[in-house]
Amino acid sequence: MSCNKQLLLGDEALALGAINAGLSGVYAYPGTPSTEITEYIQSNAVAKERNIHRHWSSNEKTAMEEALGMSFCGKRAMVCMKHVGMNVCADPFVNSAMTGANGGLIVVGADDPSMHSSQNEQDSRFFGDFAFIPTLEPSNQQEAYDMAAYGFELSEKFGMPVLMRMTTRLCHSRAVVEATCEPAPERALSYPAKPNQWVLMPVNSKRRYVEVLKVWDELHTASEASPFNKYIDGTDHSLGIIASGIGFNYLMENFPNGCPFPVVKVSQYPMPTDMMRRLANECDRILVIEEGQPFIETRLRGVFDQPVEVIGRLSGALPRTGELTPDAVRAALAMEPLQHVDRPEIVAPRPPALCQGCGHRDVYHALNDVMAQYENPKVFGDIGCYTLGWLAPFNAIDTCVDMGASITMAKGAADAGQHPAIAIIGDSTFTHSGMTGLLDAINENSNITVIISDNLTTGMTGGQDSQGTGKLEDICRGLGAAPEHVRTIDSLPKNHQQMMELFKEEIDYPGLSVIVSRRECIQTARRHAKK
Amino acid sequence: MKKDIILAGVGGQGILSIATIIGVAALEEGLYLKQAEVHGMSQRGGDVQSNLRLSSDPIYSDLIAAGAADMVVSLEPMEALRYVGYLNPESGWIITNTAPFVNITNYPEQASLEAALDAQPRVVKFDMDQAAKDISSPRSSNMVLLGACAPALGIAPEKLEDGIRKVFGPKGEKIVEANITAFRHGLQAAQSQMK
Repeated sequence: MSCNKQLLLGDEALALGAINAGLSGVYAYPGTPSTEITEYIQSNAVAKERNIHRHWSSNEKTAMEEALGMSFCGKRAMVCMKHVGMNVCADPFVNSAMTGANGGLIVVGADDPSMHSSQNEQDSRFFGDFAFIPTLEPSNQQEAYDMAAYGFELSEKFGMPVLMRMTTRLCHSRAVVEATCEPAPERALSYPAKPNQWVLMPVNSKRRYVEVLKVWDELHTASEASPFNKYIDGTDHSLGIIASGIGFNYLMENFPNGCPFPVVKVSQYPMPTDMMRRLANECDRILVIEEGQPFIETRLRGVFDQPVEVIGRLSGALPRTGELTPDAVRAALAMEPLQHVDRPEIVAPRPPALCQGCGHRDVYHALNDVMAQYENPKVFGDIGCYTLGWLAPFNAIDTCVDMGASITMAKGAADAGQHPAIAIIGDSTFTHSGMTGLLDAINENSNITVIISDNLTTGMTGGQDSQGTGKLEDICRGLGAAPEHVRTIDSLPKNHQQMMELFKEEIDYPGLSVIVSRRECIQTARRHAKK
Repeated sequence: MKKDIILAGVGGQGILSIATIIGVAALEEGLYLKQAEVHGMSQRGGDVQSNLRLSSDPIYSDLIAAGAADMVVSLEPMEALRYVGYLNPESGWIITNTAPFVNITNYPEQASLEAALDAQPRVVKFDMDQAAKDISSPRSSNMVLLGACAPALGIAPEKLEDGIRKVFGPKGEKIVEANITAFRHGLQAAQSQMK
């Protein structure tokens, strides 16, 4: 396929846009729906030829800081994560507004409304607003491509990182994207003109914070003039519509011959309040169509010169939860639903399940058989394929909260007197956020058993390299775990009895133990076998 | 020209390669295209679907509205029924494999599944796993399905075959030929059922 017209996922379009804009490094931890951005850069010919940094990071915080370091040196960097990764990197993210950016810095927060593969529906736009960082929200694949270069320029012009807010449907939907065939060169090394603001001591921060607020005002002016924010007039002023990101698509889908109502299309924040005020002045009431949480809708309070009725996700005109659909937007526009039949009742739900031949299965089989011997055992789970162990037939875990919480929650439970308190965590999740919690447990010799179910990969997101591969036992011993209680076994059906005995032994040991139960992910093993 | 298609199946069955080939052919025809995929957790043996939209005019939404789909194309019979609510009740076609993929304990009886499919007004259905085995190419049921959906797709079968050649070309001539045979097999079976 030619370089100028390509069929790309939204994620890939953004990745290509960044490469073509002279990207020097992408930093990321895999997470649905953001993973394909980094994967695209890892396999891209230009990225390989230029040796653009594209190795996975241990977690979103390390990724963000590494990218900030590259930006400090004047080069263009991008950080990619799913929305909950924004929580992990919140410290450097929020403070990166205080340091500012030198080389263009784009932070991609890929939200997952409807929670297709996530534990919550948080909306990354709140982070941008909170940190005073401008936010871009592409509404289609072409905009995702175009906004990479635009975002770097915006970042360099205002000396601020830029948040790129993506959502699942854009990340994982393909369309034809027009791209340049001539990628821009990378930036040369250059250092910040105002070095003091990179040292966030109170004396510097107090001065810088005033400046950040001033820049925020300038960014507001820039939003009003942004090529991605538009006031589109209409003939019927009974309703004015504010549509952001892919919400704009669902609006237009319902008006193949053009929307009769005036529309403010929003793809750059801080939101263009002048355009919105004009809409309120000219229309009887306002409908806000936005993907995710009611960010614009809540922020409209106090914007208008006169009281105007505002409807959207908060008012109930659109569903309060879940991703937008053309149907939901149709209903909000007071249009009749299209005729359709109901799904036959015999259709049964088909939840995801651990693959046949997956080592996590063997871990849960053995663990369940051991747990049956105790009264009130508690198993603290974590984030990954093995979270599926909560479902039948295993029903093996009691909690799943966030990356690394298995170990720390097991420790807290043991502190409360719980026994057995088991943590089950994957190898990649362990190096992401499990190691620090393990140190807490080691320092107090907590009476917990940590099972690292090591499949040698980051499985749930499709098999990316795992940062702890080959090092897990060393890491645990290095943190101070007693070597005789750092045990290893292969997760195999034929080892069922041995696994049970090992689990029982370490559960009955009154102190901290780590069991590394290991077997390569069946999916990556198949891929390796093909090579 | 405008076709809204729901591709359905169980994670790992290979619906995305059908989408890829239709996509390649549609681009050659100069059509606009949007194709929403499912990645992540539900790929692990759960129900998966892809919204594939083709049009000679620009397309806005990545998702198809309920009642708007022209076709539900499925590698699995129960998964075909899961999406009948998206079909246009006046004109929509179901094209589906009848070989069940049973990985849940409450999977419906084969007879009631067939009856529910027969109750739909426009259906092309046959055992595509068997069809693929019959031509000694057991892993090409998805190309049988691609062939079976060709008559309702509005893209010439030859263009789809070109797409197969492009997509499978790097894997060698043998694989291309096996997939084209499977495609033609599906096409013929569908043509005789649609008469």
